[in-house]
Amino acid sequence: MPADAQIKPPLWLLAEVSYACPLQCVYCSNPLELGRRADELDTESWLRVLRQARALGAAQLGFSGGEPLVRRDLERLIAEARQLGFYTNLITSAVGMDQARLERLVAAGLDHIQISFQAADRRTSRLIAGTDYFEHKRAMARAVKAAGLPMVLNFVLHRHNIDQLQDMLELSESVGADYVELANTQYYGWGLANRAHLLPSRGQLERARAVTEAFRARVGERMRLYFVVPDYYENRPKPCMAGWGRVFLLVAPDGTALPCHGARQIRSLSFPNVRNASVAEIWYHAPAFNAFRGEDWMPQPCRGCPEREQDFGGCRCQAYQLLGDAALTDPVCDRSPHHQLVLDAVAAAQHSEPPPAPLVYRNPRNARRAAGVTATTATRADG
Amino acid sequence: MSDTPVACTRPRIAAGHRLQWEAAQDAYVLLYPEGMVRLNPSAAEILKRCDGEHSVAELVAELESAFGQSDLGADVDAFLAAALQRRWIDAS
Ligand code: SF4
Repeated sequence: MPADAQIKPPLWLLAEVSYACPLQCVYCSNPLELGRRADELDTESWLRVLRQARALGAAQLGFSGGEPLVRRDLERLIAEARQLGFYTNLITSAVGMDQARLERLVAAGLDHIQISFQAADRRTSRLIAGTDYFEHKRAMARAVKAAGLPMVLNFVLHRHNIDQLQDMLELSESVGADYVELANTQYYGWGLANRAHLLPSRGQLERARAVTEAFRARVGERMRLYFVVPDYYENRPKPCMAGWGRVFLLVAPDGTALPCHGARQIRSLSFPNVRNASVAEIWYHAPAFNAFRGEDWMPQPCRGCPEREQDFGGCRCQAYQLLGDAALTDPVCDRSPHHQLVLDAVAAAQHSEPPPAPLVYRNPRNARRAAGVTATTATRADG
Repeated sequence: MSDTPVACTRPRIAAGHRLQWEAAQDAYVLLYPEGMVRLNPSAAEILKRCDGEHSVAELVAELESAFGQSDLGADVDAFLAAALQRRWIDAS
């Protein structure tokens, strides 16, 4: 286990303040089990977490969820965070925001808002989120700009909306976005359950890249575009979360402390809770945070690989989900003996017929059903 | 953003950006939406003076006297041009 001295403090605190969300996005990266609102941390506990994380050195703070706006104490948390010196980012669907709430958030000291859009039109938005708030989101995006905050728009791309990229960019430009994240779906949680529906074809991806390039050439620095390819189409994994327990500390609505969104599903680890331990104890000493720090845990072919300091062996959650063992090389890497799994999923995505099973929306009914599905996947992967 | 050369302006830290001392990193950092950069000491000294009040000439003169150096002009100009390109500062 690495000694304290080698562990740098976290730079980011991701505060997932609520499980509740008015949308039901089919690519949600949250675990398939939905938590219960009754288990959420109260205001005082969140304030304590903010103080402790800031004292440790975290400077960026993201409020997310679920949907963070469902918390009535959000303004209070933002005010405290700002006073502590955090740069405060609100990551929201904008559902639950109106002009008055926006003004309160700004008055509390909010530094920046990221609004997620599901698509560039109402119909596709409804297909993805199970419900339609498109016009509301667009109105709120304009209001955020009018309030003088920097604004990031986030589009999660997949097979059903990636061909609308030009419209998405025009929408972003029309509301005055400063940055646009065009993030291809990551296949975790609900996204993995719906992967056959969501993974775009190679042709779609190439067209999307070309559209992005052309738009970028036109708008220049005025609106910055970030295009994130789906890692399934890469032959090297992403340096997930900039490495396990290196930069990010995530606190889930019930107080569970995690190195990333997906980690909770890794059954071989038990994650600490901010109700029972300080943020410092958790960050430096919790076995789950130390499990994949450094290089001692690395398997072949990562061990001794010259690229291990760039990608840290990829994503632990992806290894767990696809192979049943979080300590294996991310199968996105073409040096992984299991890379064929990823190639097979990509090959399947080149066909145009929709898969037979329907889309699974993130809602309580499907969460209960998924309990069975998860168990099946784990059994198969163990064998 | 305008086409005025930076040297003719009174630069200021761009909206949505914040310069702040971080004890844990033993450095000044510039914070912006979903990111931050750790600044080296000279970058920090320049950015501290990007307050919309100092002209670039005043900023250079102040740095030269504070650090007992001369000829900082070219370095400051180069840094400000890069900072403008990255949208860390507004120059108008
Ligand atoms: S073998 Fe491991 S360290 Fe090397 S490139 Fe692949 S994932 Fe990265």
